[in-house]
Amino acid sequence: MNKTPPLWASETFWKKVAIWVTAGSFVILILLTFDTLSKTRAGGSRVRSYSIINQEIDYRFDQKQNRYVPMIGKEAPLFGKALSEKEAERLVTLGKKTIQAKNCMNCHTLLGNGAYYAPDLTKAWLDPMWLSVADRESRMLAFLQDPEKYAVTFGSGRKMPNLAITEDEAKGIVAFLKWMAAIDTNGFPNNFKTLTSEAQP
Amino acid sequence: MSKTVETWPGKIASTFAKLDSPHLNGGQRLAVKYFSVAVVLFLAQVLFGLLAAIQFVAPGFLYDILDFNVNRMVHINAMVVWMLYGFIGAVYWFMEEESGVAIVGLQLGSLAFWVLTAAVAVVVLVYLFVQIGAGNDASIWLINEGREYIEAPRWADIGIVAVMLVFFYNVAGTFSKGRWSGISGVLTLDLVALAGLYLAGMFYMTNITDDQYWWWWVIHLWVEATWEVLVGCIMAWSLMHLLGARRRIVQTWLYIEVALMFGSGILGLGHHYFWIGTPDYWFSIGGFFSALEPIPLVAMVVHSIYDSGVHRFKNSNHPALAWIIAHTFGNFLGAGVWGFMHTLPQINLYTHGTQWSASHGHLAFFGAYATINIAFFYLAIQKWRGNVWMGADMADNGWKWKWSLALLNIGVIGMTVALLIAGYEQSFIERAVEGSTWSGYFAAQNHPWFQQAMVWRLVFGMVTLAGVVLLIWDLLTIGREESRLAPAIVPAES
Repeated sequence: MNKTPPLWASETFWKKVAIWVTAGSFVILILLTFDTLSKTRAGGSRVRSYSIINQEIDYRFDQKQNRYVPMIGKEAPLFGKALSEKEAERLVTLGKKTIQAKNCMNCHTLLGNGAYYAPDLTKAWLDPMWLSVADRESRMLAFLQDPEKYAVTFGSGRKMPNLAITEDEAKGIVAFLKWMAAIDTNGFPNNFKTLTSEAQP
Repeated sequence: MSKTVETWPGKIASTFAKLDSPHLNGGQRLAVKYFSVAVVLFLAQVLFGLLAAIQFVAPGFLYDILDFNVNRMVHINAMVVWMLYGFIGAVYWFMEEESGVAIVGLQLGSLAFWVLTAAVAVVVLVYLFVQIGAGNDASIWLINEGREYIEAPRWADIGIVAVMLVFFYNVAGTFSKGRWSGISGVLTLDLVALAGLYLAGMFYMTNITDDQYWWWWVIHLWVEATWEVLVGCIMAWSLMHLLGARRRIVQTWLYIEVALMFGSGILGLGHHYFWIGTPDYWFSIGGFFSALEPIPLVAMVVHSIYDSGVHRFKNSNHPALAWIIAHTFGNFLGAGVWGFMHTLPQINLYTHGTQWSASHGHLAFFGAYATINIAFFYLAIQKWRGNVWMGADMADNGWKWKWSLALLNIGVIGMTVALLIAGYEQSFIERAVEGSTWSGYFAAQNHPWFQQAMVWRLVFGMVTLAGVVLLIWDLLTIGREESRLAPAIVPAES
């Protein structure tokens, strides 16, 4: 029992392996992190600048990439007012902070992460539930400020509670959702039919 | 009134003082305090989980009073915190024996325990009674950060880091003063990573892609890397002291597990970077490395079966050994198999953000972490009572620990299977067929297969609660009437 084990079964060998494997993996992760963060800056092709909320956004199947991709269209300022990059960032930031302070993520999912009690918000801006492009903004604002009154439960009985969201905060949330809908999420969710997809196949 | 206020801390302290046992060393006395709070938080986790489970079946239940998001937040936060309490307690438990000296900053450690416990109490009260705030920094600093698993407001984050620094000081200081071992070396380096990673979750970012990038550094690199290595250390020490396993064998296995766990788990982080806006090279990296993640868990099963077999299962603490066996299988099935089932991007496109994750989460957290903590509670209570016999032929045939073991395992596996069925149904109906719109989401939620699954989840949630209640009763009573002493186990140090 006490004879020296072969190298491949010895404590010192595995100690060295553990150190090298851990250090190596961590170094690779750091390098990938630098690369990823350089590609996910707001303003790049994957994560758009905040002023993208001044434009039409849609989500379509792309034959070449064989997956769904966000589409950026013509000018379509949110709430009828074109914003500078700074103003847009301020509004999206208000929306993001509200989404955190109201704990949305413990019912909904954002980019598919969160709880599973309420619908995913990744492409909420594009959802056919808003019925028409013309009324979408006002419907979203009304719903966020009084979700009990404007509840659409699809027969599930699950209603969003009233979270005391102010008009400004509601505008921020809508801006955030519109901006998030333009993020290139590698085709997630798949097969999503947007509000306008029937009108423009 | 002022008198009441003055005496309350004293009363609480004297209640906790009753936990001190003359059979324990300083670190172990502190550990028992951590374990006691851990058990209370375990009960809270299950109770709030049950409230959330009821809301899936009856959405009007506690609507506008304790909404789903509050219950769910307390459910998962209580879980994270009781597991950390269990780990910290376990390390304090073996620190003096493993290092051969008294803990260098026991008073400071004790103070940190009180600070952390008071902070946890305040955070939970704010979660329950304030719940939400306005969309500004004050809410994020004082009420709720609104990021799943690390919802604790920023002030509490800073407190947690301070407490972790005290803990780290005690670990590093005590082993430096006494003797180092393979177990303590791995443990110390792992704690540096564990505490450092928490910092990655302490920043506000508007860019949600970057936000979730760093958020996963905390969540994934905790539960799928540093926590796994931490329980590897706890397990290694437990096998030596429960079965008399040889140090050289246990430590060699520990290094193998560290190599495999970090080798797969660090880059396995990539399986969270498929759909959040990050580049698509993460498909290959995340898919490949996370597919390897079950391998160290298989190694752990082999290792524990080997040790148990060599020592012919002979030991004087049957509940602890039973829970360690539950740990190895639960870790392999819950974290390994259930994680692997939906980790490849080709499948994950349809399962991401469905009850699949909840199914995996339930079995993985229970199998990997709840079990090892419960095993340690049984190790602790045995020594607390003066190393009494807790093997075969217990006074009442040990029915309470056996039943609570059975109820907890059946309850969690039942919930896992129910949630898996719900997840399958959601992947097909909401994701594949309906294309993930809101109406698609509700088409899946309203489907009888989903509804039935949620009823079964609730039923098995109640079985789990019964198991927790019985576990607490057992921990309070086991070995109380026992006069036989357990033979002292001398671990083979070579």
